[in-house]
Amino acid sequence: MNKTLNQKAWWLVLPVLLLVAFNAFIPLMTVVNYSLQETFGDNVFFWEGLTWFEGVLNSERFHAAFLRQLLFTGMILAIEVPLGIAVALTMPRKGPWVSVCLVLMALPLLIPWNVVGAMWNIFALPDIGLLGYTLNSMGVDYNFTQQPVAAWMTTVVMDVWHWTSLVVLLCYAGLCSIPDAYYQAARIDGASAWATFRYIQLPKMKRVLTIAILLRFMDSFMIYTEPFVLTGGGPGNTTTFLSIDLVKIALGQFDLGPAAAMSLIYFLVVLLICWAFYTIMMRDENQ
Amino acid sequence: MIRTRQWIVPTLYIAFLMLPIYGLISMSFKTTNEILGGFSFFPNEFTLANYEKIFTDPTWYNGYINSLIYVVMNTVISVSVALPAAYAFSRYRFLGDKHLFFWLLTNRMAPPAVFALPFFQLYSAIGLFDTHIAVALAHCLFNIPLAVWILEGFMSGVPKELDETAYLDGYSFWRFFIRIFIPTIAAGIGVAAFFCFMYSWVELLLAKTLTSVAAKPIAATMTRTASTSGYELGLLAAAGSLTIIPGAFVIYFVRNYIAKGFALGRV
Amino acid sequence: MRTVVCISTWMRISSRLRTSTANTMARIDFKNVRHAYPPPPGQPPVYALQEVNQIWEDGGAYALLGPSGCGKTTLLNIISGLLTPSEGAVCFDGQDVTRLPTTERHIAQVFQFPVVYDTMTVFDNLAFPLRNRRMPEKQVAERVEQIAAMLDLQASLKNRAAGLTADGKQKISLGRGLVRSDVNVIMFDEPLTVIDPHLKWLLRSKLKELHKQIGVTMIYVTHDQTEALTFADKVVVMYEGTVVQVGTPVELFSRPNHTFVGYFIGSPGMNVLPCEVENGTAVYRGHRVDVSNLVEKGLDGKLEIGVRPEFVAFSSHGIPVRVDKVDDLGRFQVATVNHDGDIIKMVLAEDAEIPSENPRIRFEPDNTRIYENDWVVEAVSQ
Repeated sequence: MNKTLNQKAWWLVLPVLLLVAFNAFIPLMTVVNYSLQETFGDNVFFWEGLTWFEGVLNSERFHAAFLRQLLFTGMILAIEVPLGIAVALTMPRKGPWVSVCLVLMALPLLIPWNVVGAMWNIFALPDIGLLGYTLNSMGVDYNFTQQPVAAWMTTVVMDVWHWTSLVVLLCYAGLCSIPDAYYQAARIDGASAWATFRYIQLPKMKRVLTIAILLRFMDSFMIYTEPFVLTGGGPGNTTTFLSIDLVKIALGQFDLGPAAAMSLIYFLVVLLICWAFYTIMMRDENQ
Repeated sequence: MIRTRQWIVPTLYIAFLMLPIYGLISMSFKTTNEILGGFSFFPNEFTLANYEKIFTDPTWYNGYINSLIYVVMNTVISVSVALPAAYAFSRYRFLGDKHLFFWLLTNRMAPPAVFALPFFQLYSAIGLFDTHIAVALAHCLFNIPLAVWILEGFMSGVPKELDETAYLDGYSFWRFFIRIFIPTIAAGIGVAAFFCFMYSWVELLLAKTLTSVAAKPIAATMTRTASTSGYELGLLAAAGSLTIIPGAFVIYFVRNYIAKGFALGRV
Repeated sequence: MRTVVCISTWMRISSRLRTSTANTMARIDFKNVRHAYPPPPGQPPVYALQEVNQIWEDGGAYALLGPSGCGKTTLLNIISGLLTPSEGAVCFDGQDVTRLPTTERHIAQVFQFPVVYDTMTVFDNLAFPLRNRRMPEKQVAERVEQIAAMLDLQASLKNRAAGLTADGKQKISLGRGLVRSDVNVIMFDEPLTVIDPHLKWLLRSKLKELHKQIGVTMIYVTHDQTEALTFADKVVVMYEGTVVQVGTPVELFSRPNHTFVGYFIGSPGMNVLPCEVENGTAVYRGHRVDVSNLVEKGLDGKLEIGVRPEFVAFSSHGIPVRVDKVDDLGRFQVATVNHDGDIIKMVLAEDAEIPSENPRIRFEPDNTRIYENDWVVEAVSQ
């Protein structure tokens, strides 16, 4: 589209700018403020410079939470993306079942996150939950409240259950946009199912896949509610991811300085990776 | 026509999705004794007591009402302000437009955990603590950028010639926008509203942080139950099951636009 | 579903099949082919193809011409196997292929908009069908070079297919069809739709040239009569699900069998006027008109006379008209005249004079025909 130069467009953007800036700048300034100072209450502040930042960056606790977060995000991306693509490929594209499939698949996405956590908590309880009971009666010693591995597995499966549908729906939309003629041409050319996937479907899905991976990366890196309700960060702190740790420090311990510094580092990491993704995506679009 | 073998994957996947939901729903129809006594696939003693409690106890049903109120508020606000902004991004170039757009998107990437405490202080400071509007406004942080992103995608699919023709026909900007443009992108508005509803309805951390009694969302009420009165699992399950319903409704209404919407109009 | 098996033709042709090596050409038979797309529940089927009985000789260049919705794409997809007809049979060289899947019919199809594999180079695109059939790489390279030369694509072989212009991509689509040596029929579904106008002519000529070179049966679907008439040896005109006429462009022009053919072909189209038959002569609004296909048997139903504007002339006695408009189109003029509310078009030489007083027109009898219910009446030899 040929966009016309018009500075008055700023008036149209103003309400958005005000609302978002109100929510973004002021809190952010507060955070920056706290991250550079020390307070013992009563609104008395002492300049601390970069002490908190150094503290956070050097703290074992932060490293541990960061690594756990990376591991978690890596695991769910590795499962959700291929699974999402696979389900999207096999979903019907025409006919009466399409609506049914879409509605049922979208359902997990619209459940409040604490209900998701609570649901899986109940589901996985060793004696009375459907999953927990079944596993234990099959001879598997399963107790996610006490075993770190079980806790991790349950958290990962819960996230897969919760969010894979987002990948599915995005890929499905990408697939639906491929005109029939491409499939017909592939049939005429004698292409196998794999060749059709590799040369037609996958390239056409590239854009939506990028969006899907970006969204999943962002949201999983910021995840808080579901694992918190499911495991509380435990057993111990084995499933304490970055957000959970941050909230513990900020709202639980009211250690404003370290919390603020950690917030900023956290935010910067997310921003950096998203900026990288965004640039790649925009570059592809302009090609 | 899809081959029979292809049915296996979607069917298994949907079965996988339905299992925990079934677990929740079936538990909501059991008595606490039955739940704690052991596992049963179907409720042996079918009871509606849990649902009765929720529908009759104000602390419970107010939770739903509160949640619905701020979610609807947020959706209306987000979509309304996003519409002119998206139009500006779609049709015009102006100083700093690309940077502004990117900055908006970064807010979508903001970890709520980072903002929990600052928001608490900010909204308390302006006296909006424990109000619906506070949560509605707070959710604007990430919902407005999302709405702008989605709407801009849809708007870019409408050729500029439409606008120019309307101006030639004598429409003023707002009259054109409301009577011609908005109906054209109705699908996009539906999709944007769906996503705003979704992300606001499911968000817990900020909603809990900014409220205490008057505007307490259902999510907070549920967590209170688990901790204070011990394990009233049946009640919890019933409350959880009820939260699925608004979501199901919304999906059902936009089901035809879901595929389009997820493509964000940019395919 | 009734399937008609072409047993007699099969026996006749089978001996020939045993001696031929690869199926490089195919005669196409349609036997009672009808097709209805699945209707919404509770409603009767609507037939996209009413009834097609045709024999198309191999090696021919055919055009399927008709307006949108006339069934031509349906027919094309039945030939290529992308669609199975609800009734009837299709035979290639006598062999019933109605239920045969696309890959085994040895056909190629070029679609309305270019279908190329974006991630591959032009070379890989052309090589794709051959590699799928496990041809040795050396042969693949030879064949691709050969086809690329025919299509003037050699310069871009190493480029990414996605970067080519629309006509380049259509050439790639075409190339993928040509590169296989076992292709019976190449089908084109309105392939020039997205091509720039000044390139359309070039591509059309290229297609005609290729047809002469290779001789494979080509079927070209279009709604543009210019494309059809310049490309094809034989044009198949379709209207509302039936094949209305098959013939060379000249035949279709001078002897249209159906009012639709007359109207659709030629610009301006044929004049169709209501008439009656009294005492063995055709009468148009009280004026006697001589026609070339007079019949003795009783005619009922809707009667019309059809005459092309090229065969309507001014004359001293004839049907009085009022001249509404004269358009000068360079090498000829088109006059629009009016008689009793009927609009009649005439094509006149560029320097022909339009009479100013009492203009009267006359239809040339050899090229005026009676149509009954839109179909030309078979002349009885007199």
